[in-house]
Amino acid sequence: MIPATTSQTVGPYFSIGTHLLLRSDLAWPGALGEPFTLKGRVLDANRKPVPDALIEVWQANAAGKYSHPEDNQNKPIDPAFWGFGRVATDENGAFQITSIKPGAVPGPDGTTQAPHLEISIFMRGLLTRLTTRLYFPDEPANAYDPILNLVPAPRRQTIIAKRREGGVLHWDVLLQGDDETVFFDV
Amino acid sequence: MLAYRRYQPGTQPFHNHPPYVSSQERCPKQPLIKIPHTLSEITGPENIEVGTMYDGADLTKHGVGEPLGERIVVSGRVTDQDGHPIRHTLIEVWQANAAGRYWHKIDQHDAPIDPNFPGRGHVITDDEGHYRFVTIKPGAYPWRNHPNAWRPQHIHFSLFGPAFATRIVTQMYFPGDPLLPFDPIYNCTADEEARKRLISSFDWQTTIPDIALGYRFDIVLRGRAATPFEE
Repeated sequence: MIPATTSQTVGPYFSIGTHLLLRSDLAWPGALGEPFTLKGRVLDANRKPVPDALIEVWQANAAGKYSHPEDNQNKPIDPAFWGFGRVATDENGAFQITSIKPGAVPGPDGTTQAPHLEISIFMRGLLTRLTTRLYFPDEPANAYDPILNLVPAPRRQTIIAKRREGGVLHWDVLLQGDDETVFFDV
Repeated sequence: MLAYRRYQPGTQPFHNHPPYVSSQERCPKQPLIKIPHTLSEITGPENIEVGTMYDGADLTKHGVGEPLGERIVVSGRVTDQDGHPIRHTLIEVWQANAAGRYWHKIDQHDAPIDPNFPGRGHVITDDEGHYRFVTIKPGAYPWRNHPNAWRPQHIHFSLFGPAFATRIVTQMYFPGDPLLPFDPIYNCTADEEARKRLISSFDWQTTIPDIALGYRFDIVLRGRAATPFEE
C-alpha cells in the first residue's frame, strides 16, 4: 500500500489558484427544493474574524441524492443541482451561500441521516482542512441522525444552523472557546 | 460501497502545530470526533470543468510576454494508495513568481511583481492519472513566523479526488532546498518519510532540451478500505 500524500496549508494566497471555482449559489435556475440562505462568520481564538478562510460545501439534492456515480439510490437527479459550493470569507470573516435544503440520505446500518451539508474549511494556520457538517434547525430527523448522535449532546448545537429574521439561516464557525464548533475526523 | 482508509499515523499534520505560530489561534482545541464514512463522505464533486480564456497548463503564457525566471515542467501521476489512477480529477495550482512574490494584494514582500506571471493554473488528470504543466520555478520568500523565517520554494496543489473524503491541499517542494530543515510547514509530520514525499524529483525524462527542466511530483490520495464502512 502506497502512503497517502501529506496535507499542507492553503496559506494566505489561495485565492490566486482557487477563484475559478468560487460559487456561492449552489442552486441553478429551476432547481427543485426549499431554498435557503446561510450566513455566518469564521472567528478565531480571540473571536476575531478570520478574513482568509475558504469554505467548501457538498450536499445532496432535494430528493436526497448526490450527483455522483457511487450514489446508486433509486432517486431522481436534478439537472439544475450539482451540490458543490465554494466561498471565501471577507474582511469581516463573513460568508454567505444560497442553496436548497437537501433531502435525507442513508446512513450506516440501515439508518437515515438528517438533511445536512458537508463542510470543508481551509485557512492559513491550518495544515490540514477542518471537516464538519451543518444540520438544519427545526428538523425532527436531527434527533435520530447517526452522526449527530456521535457528538456529545451539549455540543450538537454548534453544528445546527439557527433561523433568524426572514428565515435566513445563521452559523458561526468558532475555532476555539467554550462553544467551539464540532469538527470531525473523516 | 466502501469507506476510505484512515490515514496512517504520523503521515498527516495535526491542526495544532506550535512551531507554525498562526496555528495557535486557529486550531480547534477540542478533540476531533471520528465518524464513519457514509454516502455523504464517499461522494463529492468530481468531473469538475473549469472554463478559462487561458491555458491552465502553461503558467508562462498568461501575460503579454515571457515571465522572468527559470522555466520548468512539473508532471506526475495521481493515484490512490493501491496505485489505481485517479482519472479526470482537477488539480488547481498557485505559486509565487521567480522573485518570491505572490500576485496578491496582501503580499507585501519587497520583491517585484512580474506582470507576465499571475502564478495560477489548473489541469485535469488523464485516463492514467497523469498531469503536466509548465511554469516558472518559484522563489523563496520571507514570512513572519519567527525571526529570519523563509519559506522554501514551493507550489501549492489542491485536489478533489473522487470523494469528499479524498479532498487534499498540499505543497510541492524542490530537491536540495537548504530551507527545508527550517520550515515549520514542511516539518509538520512525525513521519520523516511522509515529508520527503512532498519533495519533487528532478526528472531528465520530462526535461525539454534547450527549454525547461523537468520535475516530477506524484500524489497519492486515500485508497478504499477493505470492508464496507470500515471504522
